[in-house]
Amino acid sequence: MDVVLFLLFASVAVGCAINLVLQTHPISSALSLIGVMGSLAVLYLLLGGEFIAAVQLIVYAGAIMVLFVFVIMLLNAGAEKRPTRKVLRTAVALPLLFTLAGVGAWLAATQTPKTDAVKFGAYTAGPAEVGRAIFTSYLLPFEVTSILILIAILGAIVLARKEI
Amino acid sequence: MPVNFMPTPQELFRFAPEMLLTLVATIIMVLEPLSGADGKRKFAVISFLSLAAAIALSVAAAGDPGAAFSSMIVVDGFSTFFRILVMVAGVLTILISTNYLRMEEHESGEYYALVLFSIVGQCIMVSANELIMLFIGLECSSIASYVLAGFLRDDKRNNESALKYFLLGSFATAFLLYGVAWIYGTTGYTNLSEIRRVLLDPNSNQNMVVISAATALMFVGFAFKVSAAPFQMWAPDVYQGAPAPVTAFMSVGPKAAAFAMFLRVLMTAFEPVKDRWEPLLWTSALATMVIGNFAALRQTNIKRLLAYSSIAHAGYIMVALTAHSDIGTAAAMFYLASYTFMNIGAFAVVTYIARKGERHVEIQDLAGLSQRRPVVAAMLTIFLLSLTGIPLTAGFFGKFYIFKAALDANMVWLAVLGMLNSAVAAYYYLRLIVVMYMQAPSDEMEELPAPSVGIQAAMFAAAAATVFLGVFPSVVLDYAGKSASFIR
Repeated sequence: MDVVLFLLFASVAVGCAINLVLQTHPISSALSLIGVMGSLAVLYLLLGGEFIAAVQLIVYAGAIMVLFVFVIMLLNAGAEKRPTRKVLRTAVALPLLFTLAGVGAWLAATQTPKTDAVKFGAYTAGPAEVGRAIFTSYLLPFEVTSILILIAILGAIVLARKEI
Repeated sequence: MPVNFMPTPQELFRFAPEMLLTLVATIIMVLEPLSGADGKRKFAVISFLSLAAAIALSVAAAGDPGAAFSSMIVVDGFSTFFRILVMVAGVLTILISTNYLRMEEHESGEYYALVLFSIVGQCIMVSANELIMLFIGLECSSIASYVLAGFLRDDKRNNESALKYFLLGSFATAFLLYGVAWIYGTTGYTNLSEIRRVLLDPNSNQNMVVISAATALMFVGFAFKVSAAPFQMWAPDVYQGAPAPVTAFMSVGPKAAAFAMFLRVLMTAFEPVKDRWEPLLWTSALATMVIGNFAALRQTNIKRLLAYSSIAHAGYIMVALTAHSDIGTAAAMFYLASYTFMNIGAFAVVTYIARKGERHVEIQDLAGLSQRRPVVAAMLTIFLLSLTGIPLTAGFFGKFYIFKAALDANMVWLAVLGMLNSAVAAYYYLRLIVVMYMQAPSDEMEELPAPSVGIQAAMFAAAAATVFLGVFPSVVLDYAGKSASFIR
């Protein structure tokens, strides 16, 4: 059951991610991104991280994606114009891409340990565990992340305000 | 469950330089809207003083080395060296920025706040002993640099530079983060010392394919940040488009910090698997030197030329990394110190001759500089000679120790090819000197007003440091040699 769910949602995530890049209209891309975020939440859930899964849904698929869609609609962004396709480049790039993916998959299948490195539901990561980790051993990264967000806000103001 | 996880005063003191700079940057953000159009000058002074105080704090913190915050950061000789180095780079950047920003009518507190935040990120990068911490520090430094690259946002060149830097930079950081995830997945740790312990443990049965893949992914991220081949493409475009003082900063501060974390990760966590990454580094070092030097030969824009030259210098430092010995680490540290001074010095001169709107950044704009501004021409000559690696300048000993480290590590071919490369480099550096001294200025050239106090101070300080390191290299080298062994 776990494996079936994993395969299903992992392929949905990959499919949505590819679709995100292929779509020409920003709204279709944003909707695909919601698909990626949602499938990732299911994968977290399968690992036993209910809290992380919920946060993933609320923060990413919910709040952040709503902002994305709002911004796209406010800017009234239309479909992008594709540059003319370079046939030769595509002809070279696609086989190379598949070779890379194939070699990667082959290496992963033959070389990596067959032991159950990850068992579904083997971890318990509820709010208590996450909170304890954040405020004890990972206190410093947690605090510095707030500086990181402050820098991003400052940068957005510098680049976007009306006049300097 | 441990009873008390509150950081001790000792731990807070080890993190004090970063906290001070963050605090000052935040205060600048608050004061900025409260100050009028003429009140912007004080922000340069505030940032200058806070950096000086932070350097003093780093020196004080080095008196009591050790880890802090559950081993998230570690204060040792190595991190103190690089902390001071990036702060000095910040001081010099602020000196050359003030007049430039005033000329472009863009002087504002945000610029200084972003420079300070970027330095905070770099300080975290160089003292991080943990991959998550390292990643967050890198992001702090990078995001501030992305914005600084596009600071004059009405300038198309700035826009292009910032956008390219941002898109490629975030892509490279994603590779780094993916590598970190693989390492965590296979070893169960993100702490560098713990990863080393697991890799050294014969019973842990680590899968070498997974470890190699993780190392390769992290290498992509690091190589991008230090602009090493084959991830050097972004550097010329970004360096050419960004405001000249920002280019000066980007080519030394974030680069030195990125090399510091590269060194620490390779020499502590991945040292047990060194035969896996050594060939990779060898190839990349050689390719970086060749691409940087040969592409620089054909440039006509000074900023672009210096961008390729900075790629080539990254190649030399990669040679020191490939040697993976304490001598190699010390050589890389010394080289980064001398490179910081000579490169910022060269960019100070570029900032000066560019004038408003950066109209004069072609090599021909240097023609007759020796007659128009003899002192500036002499300063630029010192920096260029040092970049070439002429004796009595810092660049000579930098290259000397790097190639010595390579020879000690039995990498004769890499050392020989590196030396041949520096001979190629002499051509394009000396060409600038020839244009300055041998060609007459053309009549339609603008009058060059005397350089501002800030640019003068930065130029003289950088030139003095370049010559000092060239005559008395042992002062810095002894310290680097002592602190080259990491806390493992």
